[in-house]
Amino acid sequence: MCMDVPVPQDYLLSTNELCFERDGRRLFEGINLRLKAGEMVLIEGPNGCGKTTLMRLLTTLLSPTSGALCYRGEPLEKVRYEYLADLLYIGHQSAVKLALSAEENLAWMAASEGIHDPKSVRAALRSMGLGAVYDLPCHQLSAGQVRRVALSRLVLTRAKLWFLDEPLTALDTEGIGLITGRLQGHLDSGGAIVLISHQDLAIGAVRNYDLTKRCA
Amino acid sequence: MARTPSFLAYVRRDVLLAYRRLGDTVAPLIFFTMVCTLVPLGLSPDPQRLSEIAPGIMWIMALLATLLSIERIFAFDFEDGSLEQLLIAPQLIALPVLAKIVAHWLVTGLPLTLLSPLLAMTLSLPTSAYPAMLLSLAIGSAYLSAVGAVGASLTVSLGRGGLLLPLLVVPLYMPIMIFGTATVFYAVDGLHWSGPLAAMGAMLCAALALCPLAAAAALRVTSA
Repeated sequence: MCMDVPVPQDYLLSTNELCFERDGRRLFEGINLRLKAGEMVLIEGPNGCGKTTLMRLLTTLLSPTSGALCYRGEPLEKVRYEYLADLLYIGHQSAVKLALSAEENLAWMAASEGIHDPKSVRAALRSMGLGAVYDLPCHQLSAGQVRRVALSRLVLTRAKLWFLDEPLTALDTEGIGLITGRLQGHLDSGGAIVLISHQDLAIGAVRNYDLTKRCA
Repeated sequence: MARTPSFLAYVRRDVLLAYRRLGDTVAPLIFFTMVCTLVPLGLSPDPQRLSEIAPGIMWIMALLATLLSIERIFAFDFEDGSLEQLLIAPQLIALPVLAKIVAHWLVTGLPLTLLSPLLAMTLSLPTSAYPAMLLSLAIGSAYLSAVGAVGASLTVSLGRGGLLLPLLVVPLYMPIMIFGTATVFYAVDGLHWSGPLAAMGAMLCAALALCPLAAAAALRVTSA
């Protein structure tokens, strides 16, 4: 059983006493996150307190030292495939290939999710303000534009659970506005978001999660 | 249910990326060509002596050329975050890993094999040994890519220029090289060379079946 008390199915994601140690040093413990559809959690804490590590635990890139992750009330071991299929993670390294064009990059990312539609790829890039540069190799784009290419995935994806690690880095005000709008749209349509960001966001339903209190 | 890209899509993507980074891709081939042309200048232009060492030289150079490029099989993906995305894709990772091995062979082993007759000529290898050399290099270089991928997956997080990777994979490369050079030597001597070649085929089959699984498991641990 994942939890002592059964978790209702409407929690998309819940963790039970998540604890992580690295090289014998305890980074944090007692993480009990619960995330419903339409909710966004903002993970807060100073540099080096383990925000990205927590994100990597939640996306199964790392395994917790103890504790458990549940997806829709089921322990992850049982529903790993469903969880991964419903998850979108954009980390510090945005997985954009600089040798490929914006269009090629996004087409591949969409294909990874089973979306094969060149028209919607082009439209997604246009909506992110990349309409004029979609066919340029990404090494010719600015850092902010490369970020935008990575974040264009948010327009196309069908995943419900978004994990975004500092998505706003290098973005200008207009870009931040675009992303904020997209995040709000996702929440309104029943998605859920876990976010790390040092910038304030103009989004209504944000729950802050202060990681410093859980640091050992 | 999310449909992930097919095996061929992964191969096509890696070949395309190699093509866009042509400088990096051809570097091992140029190395292979240069060393093979230096041998007659440095040792002796005597065809008799050259043909005696030609199979060995060709094979050692093919091995070193693969070693030069095998690190990149996962290094770029590790640096730009594509590897993370691969690890959280809802599928078996061994499949894309096998695709990467195939793509690596297509851009390194295969061109190297196709280039080899030209270099065999500078090394005065008897023409009767060409088929054996081509086949042994084609099979052998695929084995080198497959086994090298395991080494690369174990060392991917250690950064560039690690001495560890050659230390890990060269011992595993020795058996295939022994059979590979034996195949060519047999052909030079006019013997039946299907025996050592069959052994190489068997080794390649085992490597293709096991190495993607091993590399996938190693990637989970090292790149986390």
